[in-house]
Amino acid sequence: MASVGLRAIRKDFGRTQVIKGIDLDIADQEFVVFVGPSGCGKSTLLRLIAGLEDATSGDILIDGRVVNNVPPKDRNIAMVFQNYALYPHMTVARNMGFGLRAARLPAAEIDQRVTAAARMLGLENLLHRRPGELSGGQRQRVAMGRAIVRDPQVFLFDEPLSNLDAQLRNQVRTEIKKLHQDVRRTAIYVTHDQVEAMTLADRIVLLRDGRVEQVGTPTDLFERPANRFVAGFIGSPAMNFLSATLENGEIVLPWMRLPAGIAGSGAVEIGIRPEDLLAGDAAPEPYRFEALVRVVEPMGSEALLVIAVGGHEFQVRLMGRIHPIAGTRMLFAINPAELHVFDAATGQSMPVVQAR
Amino acid sequence: MKPLRPGRIVAFTLLLMGGIVMIMPLLFMLATSLKTSSEVYELHLLPREPTLDNYLEILTRSPFGRWFLVSFSVASLTTASVLFFDSLIGYTLAKFRFRGRTFVFIAIMSTLMIPTEMLVIPWYVMAKSLGWLDTLWGVMFPGMMSGFGVFLMRQFFLGVPDELLDAARMDGLNEFQIFWQVALPLVTPALSALAIFAFLGNWTAFLWPLIVTSSPSLYTVPVGLASLSGEFQTDWEMIMTGSSIATIPTLLVFILLQRNIISGIMLTGLKG
Ligand SMILES: Nc1ncnc2c1ncn2[C@@H]1O[C@H](COP(=O)(O)OP(=O)(O)OP(=O)(O)O)[C@@H](O)[C@H]1O
Ligand SMILES: [Mg+2]
Repeated sequence: MASVGLRAIRKDFGRTQVIKGIDLDIADQEFVVFVGPSGCGKSTLLRLIAGLEDATSGDILIDGRVVNNVPPKDRNIAMVFQNYALYPHMTVARNMGFGLRAARLPAAEIDQRVTAAARMLGLENLLHRRPGELSGGQRQRVAMGRAIVRDPQVFLFDEPLSNLDAQLRNQVRTEIKKLHQDVRRTAIYVTHDQVEAMTLADRIVLLRDGRVEQVGTPTDLFERPANRFVAGFIGSPAMNFLSATLENGEIVLPWMRLPAGIAGSGAVEIGIRPEDLLAGDAAPEPYRFEALVRVVEPMGSEALLVIAVGGHEFQVRLMGRIHPIAGTRMLFAINPAELHVFDAATGQSMPVVQAR
Repeated sequence: MKPLRPGRIVAFTLLLMGGIVMIMPLLFMLATSLKTSSEVYELHLLPREPTLDNYLEILTRSPFGRWFLVSFSVASLTTASVLFFDSLIGYTLAKFRFRGRTFVFIAIMSTLMIPTEMLVIPWYVMAKSLGWLDTLWGVMFPGMMSGFGVFLMRQFFLGVPDELLDAARMDGLNEFQIFWQVALPLVTPALSALAIFAFLGNWTAFLWPLIVTSSPSLYTVPVGLASLSGEFQTDWEMIMTGSSIATIPTLLVFILLQRNIISGIMLTGLKG
């Protein structure tokens, strides 16, 4: 049983502020993913929770207890590092049991725990090898094994898949999810890959520049991004953005006008996901427009297109096995239910009321 | 076998010549130790009647055994001390951020620029005021740490990934245990190299032991051998015999440790 809490956490390295005030509550057994662009402070935040760094100010709570001055080993947590951090001069078995030996557990118990973890991860036959004699995926699993044997209340992962090739990454990602369902412990997972975040997380914490941009379920962030940054970060291919003006509740684009149901006037930015640009007959009239198909990338049951209209280019993800031909003109439509509007000055989401 | 390309032939010839130049004095030393005193100044390599009498004589009639023991104690104790302290300091300089770190490093590096000849007088004054003259400790203390060793170890520790040390912190080791159990085993090649340098350096040290000792029972091998050359005559065959025996430990140290000077285990616990 362990929840994790962050209260007004700040971290400076010398003069640089890296974490600029973060509040967060992570429930027991929850799988939370920290995601954000490179350098936003994800690893630093994780290391603060681990106790490898001291916060400049603020409190860190584990299981309701303030742990600011508790050393890493007494926080009941385990961490899986990006480059695995296995001890090169020790066998797999010793690597996994090293922390237990340091904690002076009886040899029989260490043995038993290591064997159990090895069985769970399919490492039984590798226990006497050294890390140098293992493949990347095997090393990754040893690193997880080392975390599991400690039977921690909280697992911390810092980009554990970034050194694996694409195929292995999917496989290990599934294993991590399975592991979490089996051991039922709180997990905090850092990545800059939004696909990993979407697939693994119970809740995503999207960070930028030392601050939380939005916290929510993957669906929340995908469907109701709080601002333009979140909208652009989550989803692949990324959302299309376009400057527009709001005039008496209507969004005015150079080539069309859309009813938005937002009062007022001013500069706005609209966002449309590639999958929300549909073939023209799929939506009613005010949402339709004609565009030139520039590029077609067929991908089997769908195709990625680049289309041009009114001096702008959009990415489109078109479902269906029959693909349009590059260079032709075609009718497209904006899915009215999924139109995002952002305040051009602040980047904040503006609620769109659909006149359906 | 692959056909030899001209470049390789040139390279091998040069290496062979270099090798001969290096080994000739050693051969002469060995040869002379097997000669009789009447034969010493004849410059042929092979002794006409090889004899081990010199060995018998130096071991029985001079305090050579004693000098050997002193040299060996001095060299092994200083080497142990250099290995321990230099790696500890090098590790601290490489892996901890603290105020004045760069200054300390530069200060240590700058000691490398001062030759021993300049240091013996301050050392002597210091040893005298502390009552260390003509003691074993007096012979040893300047060699207990070396700026070069600190530099060497620091460079190697820089290559040990921080992530490994963090992993050990998570595993609950204290900072000294991390140094001892995780970082140090990863730099064994550097330790071996440093051990060779330190041992050889102290084994062959001459100037300082000569100055600080006065009783023959505290002579090191080089000082003892030098004492064999008198004012009017020098027993070259004795000196060469002593030198030949003195080579044995250095050879042993080198043979035992050079196997370890292979890199490569360093990063294998990490990716790729
Ligand atoms: N020990 C340190 N000293 C000074 N600055 C640091 C230190 N550690 C991290 N930083 C800075 O803090 C910022 C955040 O670093 P952090 O490693 O947390 O980023 P990240 O979100 O994990 O990025 P990435 O996705 O590249 O791993 C960076 O600008 C980095 O340069
Ligand atoms: Mg990081």
